[in-house]
Amino acid sequence: MDAMEMLKTEKLSKAFGGLKAVADVDIHLDKGELVGLIGPNGAGKTTIFNLLTSVYEPSEGKIVFQDKSIAGLKPYQVTQRGMARTFQNIRLFADLTVSDNVKIAYHQHASYGVFSALLRLPGYYKGEREFEQNALELLKIFKLDHKRNEIAKNLPYGEQRRLEIARALAAKPKLLLLDEPAAGMNPQETKELMELIGWIRKEFDLTILLIEHDMSLVMGVCERIYVLDYGLVIAAGNPAEIKSNPKVIEAYLGEEVH
Amino acid sequence: MQKLFSFKNGIILVAVLAFYAVIQFTISQDIMPPFVTLNLMLICVYVIMAVSLNLINGFTGQFSIGHAGFMSVGAFMSAIITAKLAPKIIPYIPLHDPKPVLLLLGLIFGALVAGIAGFLIGLPTLRLRGDYLAIATLGFGEIVRIVFLNSDYLGSAAGLTLPRIATWPWFFFVTVISVALIHNFVRSTHGRACISVRENEIAAEAMGVNTTRYKVLAFSIGAFFAGAAGALYANYMYIIQPSTFGFLKSFDILVMVVLGGMGSITGSVVGAVVMTSISALLADYPQWRLVITAILLVAMMLFRPKGLLGNKEFSLNFLGRKDGRNGDA
Ligand SMILES: Nc1ncnc2c1ncn2[C@@H]1O[C@H](COP(=O)(O)OP(=O)(O)OP(=O)(O)O)[C@@H](O)[C@H]1O
Ligand SMILES: [Mg+2]
Repeated sequence: MDAMEMLKTEKLSKAFGGLKAVADVDIHLDKGELVGLIGPNGAGKTTIFNLLTSVYEPSEGKIVFQDKSIAGLKPYQVTQRGMARTFQNIRLFADLTVSDNVKIAYHQHASYGVFSALLRLPGYYKGEREFEQNALELLKIFKLDHKRNEIAKNLPYGEQRRLEIARALAAKPKLLLLDEPAAGMNPQETKELMELIGWIRKEFDLTILLIEHDMSLVMGVCERIYVLDYGLVIAAGNPAEIKSNPKVIEAYLGEEVH
Repeated sequence: MQKLFSFKNGIILVAVLAFYAVIQFTISQDIMPPFVTLNLMLICVYVIMAVSLNLINGFTGQFSIGHAGFMSVGAFMSAIITAKLAPKIIPYIPLHDPKPVLLLLGLIFGALVAGIAGFLIGLPTLRLRGDYLAIATLGFGEIVRIVFLNSDYLGSAAGLTLPRIATWPWFFFVTVISVALIHNFVRSTHGRACISVRENEIAAEAMGVNTTRYKVLAFSIGAFFAGAAGALYANYMYIIQPSTFGFLKSFDILVMVVLGGMGSITGSVVGAVVMTSISALLADYPQWRLVITAILLVAMMLFRPKGLLGNKEFSLNFLGRKDGRNGDA
């Protein structure tokens, strides 16, 4: 196995009844890469994320993450192995505080057990201080620290998206999956977010797979791009290659390709 | 997060001990009417029942309507120790008065077996959600009732008679400890994991929370304390019968939790106190109890759909809090 490899799929497929949402998809990510996954509506991008995180079981094919197959794992086990994600349709713990949202993702790294919690042994206080500090540090990066005691659902949309990323990072992933993190943001917010994504990738030593609808955006930040259409990978390569690929232009027919 | 020896905890401790001492004094001096004493004990039992059910229904977002089943298990299992096996156990207790040890053993045994029952029912029912889970827990409560009803060892329909060995200090301190432990659990990372299951199960899994583990854990802990409540109850009421712990009892406890507010420990305490007091006041007119309960529920749905306290807690944060945070006490 290649020591550089973070993720690889082999003939990954998922059928919903007669519909082949994902068909024979082979993708791979090396450590440290920032790779884009684009494609028109319904191309199967989110389904690939759901397969990678074991929300769905593949109909065929396999997924190798850090040199190990993830077949049969539950979603939380995949996360504990070092893969975390955000959701296209935001799935925060809406009624909890910003800070609690982040702390829940830290939970898997908790340093105290149920008995320490029940009896408030010293481990509890030490552990909770750690939680508090870690959550605060992360929230600072996403400029959410001053809102840490607000209820998540009361945040403006853009901040909810940022909180989703902060929460995913709290799980301490090696591979971060971002599903349209800029959806619904204005151009200024989007630009700042993309810079932030570039920065956290270096700072946290991450490999990132980024789904995005807006092609120009992906072109700007990703080193490599996969283009998906009707569940099939129709093109792969660096942004320049993708831009000039006739199949991509056809798939996006009617949409502008910059 | 709060420090253990804070000003706030000091005040709570003093208030709790003062309340205990006043009641203990009035009971020991025979000033307290027996009827009131009985209901104080019942309030303790139902506070434990409501708070422990809230852990399952309010905090973890599951829907159990068979909580009296766990109470029943605790009651009968403790009775095995304090009534059936007592003559065999007492010679081994090297104390002048073996009753406290006997009761302690009964409490632990009742709570443990109930906790195991909670674990076992938690496992298979985890695949079920919402209505289906409710029906399964209801079924569990009925199964417990019918098993005990058909057990000659446990006295069948006539039930078991027990000595009255549980006293006010037992009721009071077991209740305080139970509520404190559940509170501590809920306000820890493990409690947050339970709450994340309630909030959004898919996101919880995606964030690395083993949702299955926490559902089973909530059921086990909730059942454990319900078992303790059952054990206290059994060792005060002289007699226990399987029919005492039927669906209606489960329903009463659910009403306390819903009225007080799902996800609020203080709410469950208030709910238990209010509902038990209403039952006591209407002891001579039992037919009115259901009517009042129904009216309260309807009124609550109209005016306070999330229950008396919602998911908030009564807190003394205004005492000695300088950083202006709230909501974590
Ligand atoms: N659980 C499901 N059951 C049935 N069909 C599904 C399911 N999930 C996705 N699909 C279908 O699979 C196809 C791919 O969906 P997917 O959500 O992966 O697309 P996408 O590329 O993420 O699109 P978008 O850009 O709109 O988010 C769609 O036709 C969708 O309707
Ligand atoms: Mg999608």
